[in-house]
Amino acid sequence: MICRCFGKAFDLAAVGRGARETALLMLGVPDYDAYVAHVSTAHPEQTPATRDAFFTARQDARFKGGGLRCC
Amino acid sequence: MDMSSSPHQAARVRLGVSGALIWGGTAILGAASLAILAVHRGETVNALWMVTAALCTYAIGYRFYGLFLARRVAGLDAARPTPAVLRRDGMDYVPTSKFVLFGHHFAAIAGAGPLVGPVLAAQMGYLPGTLWILVGVVFAGAVQDFIVLAFSTRRDGRSLGDMIRTEMGPFAGTVASVGVLAIMFILLAVLGLIVVKALAASPWGTFAVAATMPIALGMGLWLRFVRPRGVLEVSAVGVVLLLAAVWLGGRVAAEPALAALFTWSAPTLALVLMAYGFAASVLPVWLLLAPRDYLSTFLKIGTIAALAVGILVTLPELHMPAVTRFVDGTGPVFAGSLFPFLFITIACGSVSGFHALVSSGTTPKMLASEADARMIGYGAMLAESGVAIMAMIAASVLQPGAYFAMNAPAALVGGDVAHAAATISAWGFAITPDALTRLAHQVGEATVLGRAGGAPTLAVGMATIFSGVLGGDRLMAFWYHFAILFEALFILTTIDAGTRVARFMVQDFAAMASRGGVRVPALASNLLATGVAVAGWGYFLYQGVIDPLGGINTLWPLFGIANQMLACIALTFCSVVLFKLKRARVAWTTLLPTAWLALCTLTAGAEKIFAAAPAIGFLAHAAKYEAAARAGGLLAPAHSAAQMRQIILNDRVDVSLTALFMAVVVTMLACGVRSAAQARANPRVTAREAGDDMPLLRQGV
Repeated sequence: MICRCFGKAFDLAAVGRGARETALLMLGVPDYDAYVAHVSTAHPEQTPATRDAFFTARQDARFKGGGLRCC
Repeated sequence: MDMSSSPHQAARVRLGVSGALIWGGTAILGAASLAILAVHRGETVNALWMVTAALCTYAIGYRFYGLFLARRVAGLDAARPTPAVLRRDGMDYVPTSKFVLFGHHFAAIAGAGPLVGPVLAAQMGYLPGTLWILVGVVFAGAVQDFIVLAFSTRRDGRSLGDMIRTEMGPFAGTVASVGVLAIMFILLAVLGLIVVKALAASPWGTFAVAATMPIALGMGLWLRFVRPRGVLEVSAVGVVLLLAAVWLGGRVAAEPALAALFTWSAPTLALVLMAYGFAASVLPVWLLLAPRDYLSTFLKIGTIAALAVGILVTLPELHMPAVTRFVDGTGPVFAGSLFPFLFITIACGSVSGFHALVSSGTTPKMLASEADARMIGYGAMLAESGVAIMAMIAASVLQPGAYFAMNAPAALVGGDVAHAAATISAWGFAITPDALTRLAHQVGEATVLGRAGGAPTLAVGMATIFSGVLGGDRLMAFWYHFAILFEALFILTTIDAGTRVARFMVQDFAAMASRGGVRVPALASNLLATGVAVAGWGYFLYQGVIDPLGGINTLWPLFGIANQMLACIALTFCSVVLFKLKRARVAWTTLLPTAWLALCTLTAGAEKIFAAAPAIGFLAHAAKYEAAARAGGLLAPAHSAAQMRQIILNDRVDVSLTALFMAVVVTMLACGVRSAAQARANPRVTAREAGDDMPLLRQGV
């Protein structure tokens, strides 16, 4: 769906995807699709982790060093 | 080859006619708004002027100074591959859209700090704090965040400590680590104190915050064993449950038998917090720590956005005077004069050393292009400064009399509304006992007196602003407790994550000290190091809780000194790297804020130790209690000779800690001067960037 605003066209679906990606990264979970794309091009011999396994692994990795947040 | 010898003319900012008009207009509008704020002496002034002044300052700072830093100081190169591209692994190193990364970075740097500091600083009037927030962020805070991000990006996304070790040597690296561990202790204690002050004898707030535990446990279990991928949906459900908990808290508080269950004294809350910090940091992170982090992240972003909308829609009037008589240092909220204490009271929002750790954490590993670093490093800090401005507005929306009643310690204004109203009115901020009782009733609390620490003040200010948009007076108590919950929630998140970080640091130091000679089982080492970490901040928290001046008065300056000390370390590192890169001509950009912060932290530190007034100087305070103890007397809050000795000991510990901070600053400055001198003596570029075989010649963004 395309929305026109200030003479510019915005793809609302892309904006929604971006918002979702931002929300996930705020929780320390990078983009799963980018990960799958990376594994399939750079390491075609490996099977990428499932979405669930990817989340669990990222959650563990994020707090391995403590998970520093600002005051 | 020397980068600074490339033609600067090409990099100079050029504006067309329309650009000159737009930016000239922005400058005039910003200056006019600031002038209105500065010279206004009427009853009230509209928040619109503060918002306009801030936005114009940020726009000009970002467009001109930010661009100057990007081109001439950081020497960013859009064509140079970033670590995210070179080391791409789909997990840690991922080239990410700058908008997505901006959100991530902002969520990582924004916390309670920018909300609390300005509320405390409002005792001097809104003007001094606002000016420091705006000037500080453009020339110090955003510079630090941005340059550290740029330098870390050039070094594979390595951490600040790592970079200090390679560029300034192992000794400087160790000194910086000691500084970071010390700041953790005092930071966690002060944040814990804010929660205690907000929840003490408040069954509504305590219930709402306690309810976050079962909600988080449920989320954690669900995410680990049922549906990990559904984290956003689960978090959304969690946030809805939190709102329900705030509503339910009101019911609990109205039911005397239930209310008694959740009415805890400050010392009890302090002990509960320590137990919580210990448990959350020892348990598996997915069970409690991570899901609470998710809740607090969304609540934080949502509330900040809602606060911004609320301020823009209601455009409230500011009742606080521009400048109050307390610039002379006699203020009840924190003791000490405008210089240096204002500049350490507001740290986050102007300049926060903690951000240097975030800017050299995950963000540099995800930059898709060096050209994005300005928006993320400089821009996100401007956004955090905007949060500080909103906090200043929220505090200034209150009647000044109510503000002082909430933030002044009972030792100064008395414990009941009649005494408090009389004392505060005598200071020149008219308020009636009725008004204070009515305010407490409006927000659903037994009393609003002596609730220092920023959170409750902010909550009343936010409740006033929100209830203007949604619900009117009827919902004021709901919004008050929502604001308390949201601040308590992300402070607790900092406490549990911070305790874990401190635990790892303690383990690192122990390993370093024993040189691997002592083998301790993992579980024992974990429990022991966590115990040391909790004891470290718990000591200061408990000391603050029983302090007759309310603790914030004593401890917030220590936290401010520690945070600015860390910024001083980060900016010293940036300056050294600029000298090593042979960019001495632009090193003033980091040297000036370094010098200013060193001046503020060292002056404030010296005053905290040596000032003759017991309200400011720890030694004078100890001497007063020693004299009383020798005469066999007791001074509040001590009820026994043992407690008198404890207070004197606390003062000595505070002296040692302040002295440690000062020693760290002085040592780092000395290390910086030595490294810079070595760099100047060497005719070649000596900074060590990743992939130094890459040509460093291209310039411009």
